[in-house]
Amino acid sequence: MSGTRTRDRTAARLHIDWTACEARGACLELLPHRLTTDDWGYPRPRDGGSEILLHARDVPDAEEAVALCPRMALTVLRSPGR
Amino acid sequence: MTGPTIAPVGVSAGLYGLVAASVGDLDAHLRSLGAWPRLDPSAIVALARTAGLTGRGGAGFPTARKLESVAAAPGGPAVVIANGGEGEPCSGKDAYLLRHGPHLVLDGVQLAARAVGARQAHVYARDAGSGDAVAAALAERARAGLDTVPVEVVEASGTFVAGQESAAAAAVQGRPAVPSGAPERVFERGVRRRPTLVQNVETLAHLALLARRGPAWYRSVGVPEDPGTFLATLGGAVVRPGVVEAPHGMSLGDLLAIGGGLSEPVRAVLLGGYFGTWLTWPDHADVPLARPWLRPLGADLGAGVVLALPTRVCGLVAGAQIARYLADASAQQCGPCLFGLPRVADLLARLAACETSPGLPTEIERVISMVRGRGACAHPDGAARFVHSTVTTFDDEVRHHLRGGCTVRRAV
Repeated sequence: MSGTRTRDRTAARLHIDWTACEARGACLELLPHRLTTDDWGYPRPRDGGSEILLHARDVPDAEEAVALCPRMALTVLRSPGR
Repeated sequence: MTGPTIAPVGVSAGLYGLVAASVGDLDAHLRSLGAWPRLDPSAIVALARTAGLTGRGGAGFPTARKLESVAAAPGGPAVVIANGGEGEPCSGKDAYLLRHGPHLVLDGVQLAARAVGARQAHVYARDAGSGDAVAAALAERARAGLDTVPVEVVEASGTFVAGQESAAAAAVQGRPAVPSGAPERVFERGVRRRPTLVQNVETLAHLALLARRGPAWYRSVGVPEDPGTFLATLGGAVVRPGVVEAPHGMSLGDLLAIGGGLSEPVRAVLLGGYFGTWLTWPDHADVPLARPWLRPLGADLGAGVVLALPTRVCGLVAGAQIARYLADASAQQCGPCLFGLPRVADLLARLAACETSPGLPTEIERVISMVRGRGACAHPDGAARFVHSTVTTFDDEVRHHLRGGCTVRRAV
């Protein structure tokens, strides 16, 4: 397991309010190396799973995605994961 | 919506604490237990911790840690919700407690409110009958001047997701009982943006007895890693379906025997209800129902639903029906759940109907991986877990079906 290493390199998490997200894709354009789509166009981390972990270098792009998401579905969380 | 094929019809008494102490009216309750003890908040948390009390709504989270988190969260005073929403159609234990032991639950509400410093509490009741029982009990308590924190009764909408923590928090504020996708957890920011303790009604009833009898009494039954008793709702092919109480660690076979045993030959038991795990029968009859034995099987008691599947019903057919029910029960707020669960239900239905497409099991697992953890509540995760358990537990049946046959229907 690379859990410890992942945590060390993780600066934040991108929270998606799934009740608001309508797969408009702004986050996909800003974080193409972190996000891909599922079968229905919703954002999904490239490494699989459900949690979108962000490295420090991703945080500015993630914050731009938060600002540009037309559904206001995104939040950058600095707290440790659930 | 495809209804469940198997549901509890009655209630039978158990032999242990909760059922024995569920005595109905306030006079009887006070005669047997006295008034709830005014313990210090820290003493209430310590009781839950020493006893090893865990949540009985399904997730099994340690109660002491939840109490501490809510008590420590900024933005108080906190709010308490006694969760008896019980959306699972095969569960009856929360409604049973609210109807037969409302004072036990309400004592637990007062203790929990004291532990987290709440000044307002809500009882979230599954149906009008259990809500009315709680309202009558509250009227008795008001006349006796028993309580320190005011309690309001809210009736749940009766949907499967209504029991989810954030749905309960929405419902007590008069909003639709659907989960919230907000990044804050309910314990941090719930009802009226206050820290909110959502605790299952059975957990609160246990707390009420613990406050009188202490952790050593609680731990006198069960096993050290999973002490005390639990309420189970037995259903399916059992002689007397209904609610029973049993100590953790009792074998699956002995639990079913409390319900009069099996009413016909059985192929598997669904443990933990529609979000649960299948255990094949009779080879799991001796499994002790406690975490140390269930965890290695990928199973847990959940909210205590135990359904026996008769051999005359194909496990894949039963699984496909439940998967369809769960797809229909989605609040339809979150894309992966809205689109993914019907897709999974369709795939499982095709497998159940003996469609000879060899790629079906792989495709089911692929779609499951796209719904798991990707919603505002635990619904997609629970559904994914159930479908995974169905195709792995009945893997022999999967092979038969992919060849166009079924061990139940003998169709080749």
